[in-house]
Amino acid sequence: MLPAYPIIDHEYDVIVVGAGGAGLRACLGLAESGLNTACITKVFPTRSHTVAAQGGISAALGNMGEDDWRWHMFDTVKGSDWLGDQNAIEFMCKEAADAITELERYGVPFSRTEDGRIHQRAFGGMTTHYGKQQAERTCCAVDRTGHAILHTLYQQSLKHRTEFFVEYFALDLIMDTGVCTGVMAWCLDDGSLHRFSAKVVILATGGYGRVYFSATSAHTCTGDGNAMALRAGLPLQDAEFVQFHPTGIYRSGCLITEGARGEGGYLVNADGERFMERYAPNAKDLASRDVVSRSMTVEIRNGNGVGPKKDHLHLHLEHIGAEVLHERLPGLTETAKIFAGVDVTREPIPVLPTVHYNMGGVPTNCEGEALTLGPDGSDRVVPGLMAVGEGACVSVHGANRLGSNSLLDLVVFGRAAARRAVVLCAQTDRRLPRRDAGDEAVGRLDQIRHATGALGTASLRLQMQETMQNDCAVFRTHETLTEGLRKLTELQQDFDELMISDRSLVWNTDLVEALELDNMLQQARVTVHSALYRTESRGAHWREDFPNRDDENWLKHTLVWHDDTGAIQIAYRPVHLGTLTDDVETIVPEVRVY
Amino acid sequence: MATFRLPKNSRIEKGAMYSCSGQHGLVRRFKIYRWNPDDGKNPRLDIFEVDIDECGPMVLDALISIKSDHDSSLAFRRSCGEGICGSCSMNINGTNQLACITPMASIDGEIAVYPLPHMEVVKDLIVDLSHFFAQYASVEPWLKNDNPPLEGERLQSIEERGRIDGAYECIMCACCSTSCPSYWWNPDRYLGPAVLLQAYRWLIDSRDDSRDERLDQLQDSFRLYRCHTIMNCANACPKGLNPGKAIGEIKKMLHQRG
Repeated sequence: MLPAYPIIDHEYDVIVVGAGGAGLRACLGLAESGLNTACITKVFPTRSHTVAAQGGISAALGNMGEDDWRWHMFDTVKGSDWLGDQNAIEFMCKEAADAITELERYGVPFSRTEDGRIHQRAFGGMTTHYGKQQAERTCCAVDRTGHAILHTLYQQSLKHRTEFFVEYFALDLIMDTGVCTGVMAWCLDDGSLHRFSAKVVILATGGYGRVYFSATSAHTCTGDGNAMALRAGLPLQDAEFVQFHPTGIYRSGCLITEGARGEGGYLVNADGERFMERYAPNAKDLASRDVVSRSMTVEIRNGNGVGPKKDHLHLHLEHIGAEVLHERLPGLTETAKIFAGVDVTREPIPVLPTVHYNMGGVPTNCEGEALTLGPDGSDRVVPGLMAVGEGACVSVHGANRLGSNSLLDLVVFGRAAARRAVVLCAQTDRRLPRRDAGDEAVGRLDQIRHATGALGTASLRLQMQETMQNDCAVFRTHETLTEGLRKLTELQQDFDELMISDRSLVWNTDLVEALELDNMLQQARVTVHSALYRTESRGAHWREDFPNRDDENWLKHTLVWHDDTGAIQIAYRPVHLGTLTDDVETIVPEVRVY
Repeated sequence: MATFRLPKNSRIEKGAMYSCSGQHGLVRRFKIYRWNPDDGKNPRLDIFEVDIDECGPMVLDALISIKSDHDSSLAFRRSCGEGICGSCSMNINGTNQLACITPMASIDGEIAVYPLPHMEVVKDLIVDLSHFFAQYASVEPWLKNDNPPLEGERLQSIEERGRIDGAYECIMCACCSTSCPSYWWNPDRYLGPAVLLQAYRWLIDSRDDSRDERLDQLQDSFRLYRCHTIMNCANACPKGLNPGKAIGEIKKMLHQRG
């Protein structure tokens, strides 16, 4: 019998879970429309991981020279290795300029050009004239663009008096015969439990980079919303596509922006060779991230790494000059000093490909509505549920995201989701919770809170992270993935032997981390499963035993369900190759070289 | 003569000692403030030994290692781990700092970790920042300009944009405000350095056209003028910003306005 947990009920039109870039942008649109909205977030909004984005946000503004959203679309489709849905990509690239202008009007402190416009820098995979020349398309606020955008969005949400529930940990979606009617949450500050009912729930909970041992992701990037969707019987899409950022600082894993290479930085191996020239003769160091990370890994494997263990590479910036570094990359200069002890005006930064971004997530349509498959195998909207940001898979990033398309994804689809939610709310009656709504979530909380096994959260988490790092990395094979899956399944069973030492409900971070681990274990298994079944190499998913892209069999999205017993179900849905309008034609799959 | 002591239930007691067991490399000792609102006990100082060969170089790495290996109930905030989110602000050896970018090597001897000073403790190293954030909201920290251009972005010269350098980078970690004796004394009415730096950030943004209104809001013997240029704020700021100087500039603007 469950001990009595008093539950506080709330009713809103829309609940947004997560207060990063996507969540806050959605909140703004909802507040402007006058809907009764609340935002639940486990960290104070400006602590969300959007704050750590550095290089910039892409849009074909053409402030530095000729540009066109169609070129941006071409780059994004090619970057996605043709797994991105072209209707969604068209929508994002077309909306980009307007979304950036809007951010500027909100007050984002963008860097400026001589004529006072928003400064744009070069980024990987961004070209003009369909791959012919390097584009300067990435709008930046020096190398603190995420910080600038997140703080500005928070400031706007203060202006619009958005209602926040800060440091509330979302436990589970409330589902009623396939319809999402709300969300359960735990207030860390006073330990109370809350049941939020709403016509629409928007998940904006971000990625789950922390399933890996070395990630640029924050400690809080545990993909809680993805796991909530899985527990609600919904699938995750394309989870096998995990982006390794080429330049995480060796050992600490801190991010060094791609903007460093955009400003002229380059990678070298132990021989001092600029090896990217061999792997990507045209784009060189500014090839897409999957290509650069893979090339780096090959260099290290071939014994060309630097350092006593030959296990990393060097990123040179000295030639750029102290003045430009100070002006355009001040945050990086500081981070390299703190975490690598390196003065970038004199010495190279030791770097290593590091887990950075999840292309996969909750499948949605272009308007942000969550999708699953109906009994006939066709797309079916999940009533009441939407998803935006890194936790969603629209899919605009396909098999590999281009740098600076992530911040764009957040604001474009955050805005689109708000617009759609307004329509949905007008069509929907109040959704009141069933009497037992949320009981399962409370039961799960109670069970983990009183776990009396022998295994600590930290040790299980470390084993999961090492498993993912070893068995589901840049290069994968049937053997590594099978082995990874075996270990993860064991860990899932070990979770029943969990030990929690703090039984309280106020700021019980032992319990928070255990709940996060539970969330991550499910996503780790889904990721490895998706990777095991995809017997081809595409974008960030590289199978050594299947080294070619196979459009005939694999130009499709993976969908994976993970039920409470740990059973996995897998299905596929076609990639949307058709464009949204006649403004642009389908970009037909071709060989992808940089 | 009257003697002053902390109330009985606030006196800090000696806590538990957690040693490194087995084979280990270089060991550092941590003295950490603990308080649990649920157990009715006084705050205490626990001692933890950390094998620093087995963990990363920063104080946050050590705290995570303590939570993993010694006592999983230790409560502290953390997120980005690279000094940009502002979560892990705490008092480390007498100075407010971000644990994630404070190297253990920068501290000699035992490392003492307390919550941010003069704030209400919620649990262990976690303090209640809701009043601090409410003060931030009170200065209406958003762009006010009712005349956007018909299309495209507002123009701003490189020089105009350069003026907010040193102000917009604030991460709201509260290291500065909670290091300020004036803020300790009047936290209810004095806005404190972090919030005033943000007020200044909007006063000098060339795109904002509500300077007068903003200055009216600040012209108050408490909200602004409780700053006595003690300058702990500038010493404490983990991002190298100088809120004290910004406050001086606001005072100058008010003076020039007359």
